[in-house]
Amino acid sequence: MKKSRFWSWLIVFLGGIYFFLPLYATLRFSLMMKKDVLSFMAYEQVLHDPKFLAAFTFSAKMAVFTILASLVLIVPTAYWVHLKLPKLRPVMEFITMLPFVIPAIVLVFGLIRSYSKPPILLVSSPVLLVAAYVVLALPYMYRSVDVGLRAIDVRALTEAAQSLGAGWFRILFQVIFPNLRSALLGGTFLTFAIVIGELTVANSLAWKALGPYMTQLAGMKAYEPAALAVMSFILTWASIALLQFLGRGRGGAAPENMAGMH
Amino acid sequence: MAFLELINITKRFNKFVAVEDFNLKVEKGEFVSFLGPSGCGKTTTLRMIAGFETATEGKILINGEDVVNRPPNQRNIGMVFQSYALFPNMTVADNIGFGLKVARKSKEEIKTRVNEVLNLIHMDEFRGRYPYQMSGGQQQRVALARALAIQPQVLLLDEPLSALDAKIRVELRNEIRSIQRKLGITTVYVTHDQEEALSLSDRVVVMNTGHTEQIGTPFEIYNFPATPFVASFVGTLNILYVDVIDPDKGLLALEQQEISTNKPVHKQAHDKVRIALRPEMLRLSSNDPTSNKVTGIVDSIIFLGAVVRVRIKIGASKISMDLFNNPDLKLPKEGDEVAVYFSRDACLVLQD
Repeated sequence: MKKSRFWSWLIVFLGGIYFFLPLYATLRFSLMMKKDVLSFMAYEQVLHDPKFLAAFTFSAKMAVFTILASLVLIVPTAYWVHLKLPKLRPVMEFITMLPFVIPAIVLVFGLIRSYSKPPILLVSSPVLLVAAYVVLALPYMYRSVDVGLRAIDVRALTEAAQSLGAGWFRILFQVIFPNLRSALLGGTFLTFAIVIGELTVANSLAWKALGPYMTQLAGMKAYEPAALAVMSFILTWASIALLQFLGRGRGGAAPENMAGMH
Repeated sequence: MAFLELINITKRFNKFVAVEDFNLKVEKGEFVSFLGPSGCGKTTTLRMIAGFETATEGKILINGEDVVNRPPNQRNIGMVFQSYALFPNMTVADNIGFGLKVARKSKEEIKTRVNEVLNLIHMDEFRGRYPYQMSGGQQQRVALARALAIQPQVLLLDEPLSALDAKIRVELRNEIRSIQRKLGITTVYVTHDQEEALSLSDRVVVMNTGHTEQIGTPFEIYNFPATPFVASFVGTLNILYVDVIDPDKGLLALEQQEISTNKPVHKQAHDKVRIALRPEMLRLSSNDPTSNKVTGIVDSIIFLGAVVRVRIKIGASKISMDLFNNPDLKLPKEGDEVAVYFSRDACLVLQD
């Protein structure tokens, strides 16, 4: 018994080292900008760079638009597929998996070829960037919503609301959405995380987003990119913590086993 | 005029016919059950009344108005689902008040009505709970209250007790019946459980493969089944193959032992025919000289609580006999030879 515990802890320890050591090294390096003292100088430099602020604001804006567009597009679609076209679910799953299979660079060249000449001239508009991000975030957003919909009895809830006189708008906003809260939050944060650090599409479409900014910085400076990497880690973790915090409590899918008690 | 009327209702899913030429008249305040095995079309018929399915052919009249083309949210029908379907994000009070909110009732009105129905189901103290904080039985009572809160024209229940355990099922069954009587609400109830259908309903519609087999009171359905299907589906039944001796006199032979029915048999002499005998119609003794008597060997004795089921081998046939349990009951032993008595009326000849 004791022996098996030792091995378990050893594996956890090794795993921890594998994960935390590079992170620690990055953190330590980012604090070494001033000679012989640890300081936040690299962080100050990054935060005071107007280019960083511009790139971050731009990426955050794009993330918000991507999230909104994804929600409007994916939630009603996934809901309708669950309710009326359950046979189409495997097809939907296949489609939503495509962004994993098609590299972002292929996607972006396809977009440039299709939208850089009339009748649809979008290549210089952020609309195309958001559209590409919606595609990139599709697997995460669709999966989150799909899992959320599977956890509730969509059909019975919809029919119950209908029999009580509710129309589609009320059913979606008062019955379905509130019960998908955790799932929607999950999809939203994942989308945010993807968009905020995305490089390939933003670079190819020549937008000064956070991804290209980080790469540019990495080519020119030493300590600032490390500081940026640590900051992006903190941002991601903060998002996850926020997700955990907002996702608990009432709403969402109630634990099934609790409902069966007598 | 009937309050709810289904006229020549047919529902096809592509080539599959789920319900065919279904006709029913339900009076105001009546409790009607649809009883049948899975896939018999009972739930589809209920869903057509609710508006969740559209009838391919036929009319559905509620209070004289054809509602076939009306969407479900404009039919004023209360529905209770097998899975309760309470809104997980709302408290008991909000669930019950949902339909009233949709109907734009005033806050005061909603509060009063929610209190009324909570009182009706004896769950006043649960108003602030969420569905996941309640047992299945409690959730289903709230679902019933929610359906009743909107004062629907018709109440539909789709196997509402199937997901509950036996004891709660009987309790809730009685509660549903008493609330239905109290409110006088026209009710259609779908179930595959014959005990539920027989104990709750004013009338039962027995369905099979999309057709109506029989419509009648529970007494009629049980005692005078119109078709072999009804006879075999409702209650436990012994089905026995017998030889016809004299069709006009209703004389038959079960394993070379003569028995008679009261009615002529529409078969030729020496033909084989199936007869049905209810286990509770069989006795170990009889004072009636006209009773049928056959002898056999006791194969097994099963104690079921209120009833003792004795299985008897008669030649190659096996027959079950139910005896009411009481402390003075004298039971034979396995392997004993016994005489089994049953009246001529008990012997139901099944037409193939």
